[in-house]
Amino acid sequence: MVTLTIDKKTVRVPEGTTILEAARSVKLDIPTLCYLKELNEIGACRICMVEVEGQERLVPSCNNVVAEDMVVHTNSPRVREARRVNLRLLLSQHDIRCTQCTRSGNCKLQELCNDYNLLGDHYIEDLRNTPDDFSNPVVRVENRCIKCMRCVQVCEKVQSMGIWDLMGTGSRTNVGVAKTRTLGESDCTFCGQCITHCPVGGLQERDDTGKVFDALANPKKITVVQVAPAVRSAWAEHYHLDPKFATAQRMVTALKQMGFDYVFDTNFTADLTIMEEGSEFIQRFTHRGKYKWPMFTSCCPGWVRFIKGQFPAYVEQLSTAKSPQAMFGAVAKSYFAKKIGVDPHDIFVVSIMPCTAKKAEAALPTLNDACGDPDVDVVLTTREIVRMFRGEQINPATMDETPFDSPLGSSTGAAVIFGATGGVMDAALRSAYYLVTGSNPDPDAFTAVRGMDGWKEAVFSIPGAGDVRVAVVSGLGNTRKLMNALDEGTVDYDFVEVMACPGGCAGGGGQPIHDGVEMAESRGDVLWNLDKNEKLRFSHENSDVLALYHEYLKEPLSERSHHLLHTDHFAWKMPNEK
Amino acid sequence: MSRLDIKTTSRAQTVVDNLYRDVERRIAASPPGLCPVDMSLSFLQLCHAQTCGKCVPCRIGLGQLTKLISKVLDGTATMETIDIIEKTARSIVNTADCAIGRDAARLVVDGLEGFRDDYEEHVLHHRCLAGLQNAVPCVALCPAGVDIPGYMALVGEGRNADAVRLIRKDNPFPTACAYICEHPCEARCRRNMIDDAINIRGLKRYAVDHAGDVPQPACAESTGKTVAIVGGGPSGLSCAYYLALMGHKVTIYEERKKLGGMLRYGIPNYRFPREKLDAEIESILSLGIEAHTDVTVGKDIWVEKLQQEYDCVYIAIGAHQDKKVGIPGEDSRNVMSAVSLLRAIGDNHMPNFKGKNVVVIGGGNVAMDVTRSSIRLGAKKVTCVYRRRIEDMTALPDEITGAMAEGAEMMTLAAPVRIESDENGVATALWVQPQIIGEADKSGRPRPNKADSEEVRVPADIIVVAIGQGIEIQGFEQAGVPIKRGTFVAGLSGQVSDMDNVFAGGDCVTGPATAIRAIAAGKVAAANIDEHLGFQHEINVDVDIPTPKLNNRPPHGRINTTEREAGERKCDFDDIECGLTEEGACTEASRCLRCDHFGYGVFRGGRVEKW
Repeated sequence: MVTLTIDKKTVRVPEGTTILEAARSVKLDIPTLCYLKELNEIGACRICMVEVEGQERLVPSCNNVVAEDMVVHTNSPRVREARRVNLRLLLSQHDIRCTQCTRSGNCKLQELCNDYNLLGDHYIEDLRNTPDDFSNPVVRVENRCIKCMRCVQVCEKVQSMGIWDLMGTGSRTNVGVAKTRTLGESDCTFCGQCITHCPVGGLQERDDTGKVFDALANPKKITVVQVAPAVRSAWAEHYHLDPKFATAQRMVTALKQMGFDYVFDTNFTADLTIMEEGSEFIQRFTHRGKYKWPMFTSCCPGWVRFIKGQFPAYVEQLSTAKSPQAMFGAVAKSYFAKKIGVDPHDIFVVSIMPCTAKKAEAALPTLNDACGDPDVDVVLTTREIVRMFRGEQINPATMDETPFDSPLGSSTGAAVIFGATGGVMDAALRSAYYLVTGSNPDPDAFTAVRGMDGWKEAVFSIPGAGDVRVAVVSGLGNTRKLMNALDEGTVDYDFVEVMACPGGCAGGGGQPIHDGVEMAESRGDVLWNLDKNEKLRFSHENSDVLALYHEYLKEPLSERSHHLLHTDHFAWKMPNEK
Repeated sequence: MSRLDIKTTSRAQTVVDNLYRDVERRIAASPPGLCPVDMSLSFLQLCHAQTCGKCVPCRIGLGQLTKLISKVLDGTATMETIDIIEKTARSIVNTADCAIGRDAARLVVDGLEGFRDDYEEHVLHHRCLAGLQNAVPCVALCPAGVDIPGYMALVGEGRNADAVRLIRKDNPFPTACAYICEHPCEARCRRNMIDDAINIRGLKRYAVDHAGDVPQPACAESTGKTVAIVGGGPSGLSCAYYLALMGHKVTIYEERKKLGGMLRYGIPNYRFPREKLDAEIESILSLGIEAHTDVTVGKDIWVEKLQQEYDCVYIAIGAHQDKKVGIPGEDSRNVMSAVSLLRAIGDNHMPNFKGKNVVVIGGGNVAMDVTRSSIRLGAKKVTCVYRRRIEDMTALPDEITGAMAEGAEMMTLAAPVRIESDENGVATALWVQPQIIGEADKSGRPRPNKADSEEVRVPADIIVVAIGQGIEIQGFEQAGVPIKRGTFVAGLSGQVSDMDNVFAGGDCVTGPATAIRAIAAGKVAAANIDEHLGFQHEINVDVDIPTPKLNNRPPHGRINTTEREAGERKCDFDDIECGLTEEGACTEASRCLRCDHFGYGVFRGGRVEKW
């Protein structure tokens, strides 16, 4: 242990603790901007500077460790001046029209500038004349970027993609797409982790709210909205509501109030996915020799982009089942249109997703199987729908609950856990067991695939089928490790679930942002609790799904199922795919 | 892909490396007198281009400083802008992560301290205090303002006698300077921008070696005024020379047996052959200057008496008092000062060091003179003991390498502690305390600190102390000559304030310095004494300067001066340097860019024809 003095307080911390963490351990908060614990401790912003007695210059507290008898002042006049100067320097290259920014009110720079009372004259404005590119789901806004390098770090260290890099030198040093490409030309998965780790509005989702407002205002359009599982765990964080209160049903009320004609649940097609993907797995598993192993889940579009870009040899091992969002669009513009007797071209499908990659998925040329139009018209992230609620002056705290519309609104506990890492695997195993044995397992028989470990492995016995070796990974860095291990032959699985974002969709790149806090685990817990409290916990028990098969699709893997619910992963190409 | 790759230099990096060398040379060739704010701005931009971009203060801060200083230069700043510049620079110094940002901002902080008036002039009056004082870098940096491009051109045409005459207009010691000048003129030579500075001293030596006997010009009509010169060294003789040319009656009082001062009693024969010195002094005296040697002013004759007897007095007694280390045993036998040793050699009293271990304390030029002289006096081993490192020595690098080539040992990072002696009081060893080099002092020179090591015994039969010289103020202080920090105080005109007809200059005013500075002081004093006596004599020379040639621009190696083989030269006191050949001299002279004609020189300041 090391004993030191911070702001006249005696502090005892383990050797190797940074000055910053030592101060925070005794509730003395040193402001930070670029700092992300264990991810970005590079002292780039020079805001966390403190005065250490005996040191001629100020010391960044985030990446210097404590020493015995050190005397630290976190708020001396010199420190204050340095922080104010550095904040003002940042502002000179920052577009300070905050009202135009999606992060206004949730911006670390704005917060610090307010804290430090930066009145009076600023430095000479030094903005760049670079056009911003809004063609991708992930948008970098040049004049908001503060070059904190968090995006570079999260993309490289957590997601192993290295899309963002420090470009150029000298005064023109900038963050850009590595290897002198545009983002559109790159193999970016559009996972959006760079966005959720950006302290300012330098990175944001492409805002598609305008298209949705237009559709809502168009009397010819029948607006149909689907809400992804993980959205319900996060949508009301902006309103500081308890997740127990902020139910999906309360969100339905809000969406109805906004004017959506039908509010449905992606959980419905999550159950449907299990029917298709579970059947596909059993089909493959019982004809082992005809297939390459393992089979991979295909519901995460970030992962699909990853495997196509990084490990193309494995693409045929992806389940051909579409993702729940894509299945929903296809069902809505076929089965549902027919059911309510409207022209599917008049149906406008909006998805609310915790995900930025879903925007790219919806735009795939292959996902127009129902009527020729894109199956999903617009994808909004959780953040965008919250912005729309705000624009409509909707206050969820005062709202009652409304059930999802029928028939695409019902779901089981097996569906809602799609939003947490391990959930798809858990749900698939529950139904696979049933499909093979004809009886339900204990719904909590597969807990080994749950939890926040980045790479989980388990073996489950299905009587009549044998041992199923499964793995669950989340985060693309973990995924790359798993893929390399498969490549080297050091691991061997039958079924693998991959989610691009750490912790799964709960920690998705489209979810609300809480600077410096990883929310995936607590949101995942919300979803697991919903599952636990559901009466139905098996996808194959969803009566509306069964009705869909009965009335329309016939059975899983039927010809119509194949046409509407499955896709050819080779029918579209990544930017550099040959 | 291989696990590791051998590092190779890309073509771009090779070109950039060349650019860096160009920048280095270009900065070396910066002419004196440029606007310091503008130069800071330019340098700041260079520093900013070096930033990696990671940290805010460096990436953005240096850019804001650039913009703010540009505003100062553009005349759009206010006094508040200076405060903002200061605060920003201070904050960058405080918060930058590495030297790239920190030291770039420190440059601005130092500038605001060092030339704030320049900043303020720009802000308040939209104008610059700077201005090219002298268009020609070599002339600007020569303390005596010798017409260097002029004599370079004359040497190139083989007009060596004219070259000597042209030099004498500003410096009556062309030969002395040809052999021993520290050549500050070469430091910022514009030729640095292309390849390397001109070998100016080498060319001057070629001129004096090949000029033959060059008669002195005729003196002006006698004025009837008399001037006493105290000290017959380079400063006194220079002053005497020009006053004589102006028609004044000059009398020199010299304490030693012979004239020449440090040129004779400080600089050994191997650097400046005695017969050359004698010839040069004789030539100066040929103007009718009277010299009294073996007379000590302040003892044999009083300053006050000179003041009464002469219309003016010029004091140029040099710095000949030896300094002591102040360690126990310094009064042992065979411990001597550099001054006394070199003085003896100057008077041809050669001590016998045959077979002796000689230890020299010091790291300046005098220490090297003593070291190399001791080798020539037959010493078995000569060790130069110095507190700091070789790169910290104040001696010219050529002197150090020359001494080492002749076999001298350099014992660095060793501080003398005491001198050990035998029962007869004869020195037997110098004890030294090993040092470790430490933090830099304010001037940027690293300080030596006591190292955590045992004292070391350096066996010694002879110990020579060469740690600087002081000024003999005896007799002058009593006469009322003001003294500050051990030197006489005189104004930039050379005049001693509160003493109507007394001037002073050279080492006794500046402290130990160079010959050319002493010569320049003599020249300045001569002009102002002439003025003081009520005259305005002009010094000029009727030498036509050759028209510049146009064929000297491609990069070309500098023709260096060579030296005799070390093994041979260390056995005698003969000249160690080999002068340039005719071919070498012509080639080297043709490298001169003739800044007297090209560039600003053709407009103004290219040539000072008279003074």
